[in-house]
Amino acid sequence: MTDRALAVVRAGALTTVQDLGRPGHAHLGVPRSGALDGPAADLVNRLVGNPPGAAVLETTVNGCSVRPRSTVTIAVAGAHCRVTVDGRPVPWGAPVRVPAGALLDVGPAVSGVRAYVGLSGGIAVEPVLGSRSTDLLSGLGPALLTDGTVLPLGRPTGVHARVDVAPQPALPAELVLRVTLGPRDDWFTPEAVRAFVSRAYRVSAAGNRIGLRTEGPALERARHGELPSEGMVLGAVQVPPDGRPVVFLADHPTTGGYPVIAVVRAADLPAAAQAVPGTPVRFVAVRRR
Amino acid sequence: MKVRPVGEDALLVEVASGDEAQALHAELLRRRAEGSLSAREIVPAARTVLLDGLDAPARLAAELTAAELPPAPPRAREVVEIPLRYDGPDLADVAAHWGVPEREVARIHAETEFRVAFCGFAPGFGYLTGLPSRYDVPRRATPRTAVPAGSVALAGPYTGVYPRSSPGGWQLIGTTDTVLWDHARVPAALLSPGTRVRFVPEAGS
Repeated sequence: MTDRALAVVRAGALTTVQDLGRPGHAHLGVPRSGALDGPAADLVNRLVGNPPGAAVLETTVNGCSVRPRSTVTIAVAGAHCRVTVDGRPVPWGAPVRVPAGALLDVGPAVSGVRAYVGLSGGIAVEPVLGSRSTDLLSGLGPALLTDGTVLPLGRPTGVHARVDVAPQPALPAELVLRVTLGPRDDWFTPEAVRAFVSRAYRVSAAGNRIGLRTEGPALERARHGELPSEGMVLGAVQVPPDGRPVVFLADHPTTGGYPVIAVVRAADLPAAAQAVPGTPVRFVAVRRR
Repeated sequence: MKVRPVGEDALLVEVASGDEAQALHAELLRRRAEGSLSAREIVPAARTVLLDGLDAPARLAAELTAAELPPAPPRAREVVEIPLRYDGPDLADVAAHWGVPEREVARIHAETEFRVAFCGFAPGFGYLTGLPSRYDVPRRATPRTAVPAGSVALAGPYTGVYPRSSPGGWQLIGTTDTVLWDHARVPAALLSPGTRVRFVPEAGS
């Protein structure tokens, strides 16, 4: 058992392969995709000695278990969780050696939603348009992991980091999303725009890699016609007919016909990807830099 | 041209028509190719062009606001031909909307030269314009949960071809075996903004 591959023993609720995504193809209807919590994916790659952009696993809520067929260095970050190798606890947020054939278990998230598993050499599935990311909107990239999936691993290129545990910020109890208003805030009543940036929302359980859905005051439109389809950006806050804001994440559609009231700053999106359902959300209007 | 800032590093440029959006899109692609515009994404749509991943959006916004609308670009030389059978389940409904006999739908559609106005919805899905506005049709009141790949369909002013099976509310008028999207092919998308398209009825249809 020395081939560079990884057998999936427990796929978990929704585990995908992710890297930096495939930006630059939006004009063909191709979403950017990529890890939702980019800093966490960067960190696990650094910890195991991979270049930035090596493909990692992104788990959702309940982790996953995998059995590498050759000895690898791994690191887990993002959502906080218990990590074990053949049942023995190992550190979270640190490089860990996993012998060939041992079982690596990434436990359910204690806080946060998505844990990232970096492996030395990275997941080496065939790239599609320059990326190994699974895109849940368009179906590009490798399929969702299922029990029994075998994934190829690349050759390690670097030396793993010499740290015991990388410090990481605790996840906040409230999700504060800084937004710049527009481009379609004029499609809403002034009261709705005020409510959007002052009232309390909560993270809905219906969210996914396409968008963070919220529950809270419905935003009333000032204009009622149909908006012709227009290009959408990462972090766009689109308001569908039910009036509840949806924050577009990495697998968002490239064009859309519901008005975008505001856009969330890119720096605040990783926290949005880690906010569990029920988390209070505040949209705070900031000026453009 | 009205320029709306979008977040920190994107702009949405609004124009009055689909033709103007096409002209603007072509001009922005030309500028990016010659190196005078740095943008990660240039995404045309019905009446807008989105510029994303800009270095200096405020400066570009001021420049575009003051700029004249560019002239229409020369048409692409190549025409992509899509063989199809006019056998869609909504042919009768479309004929009723158009006020023509059913077999006239195929003739009118096949005699039209289309252009990809923009893409979206799914990789390789183009929104094709070319039919006169009197042939606009509404979406179906109840969308289908699964439209087969290769379905040729109408909605509003647009014709589209479903690259893969997906839910959809467009009116289905025909079927093609042409592969719209193949990520192992270069380019992966048969249709991209600006492509000229003709639908060619297969013998016997």
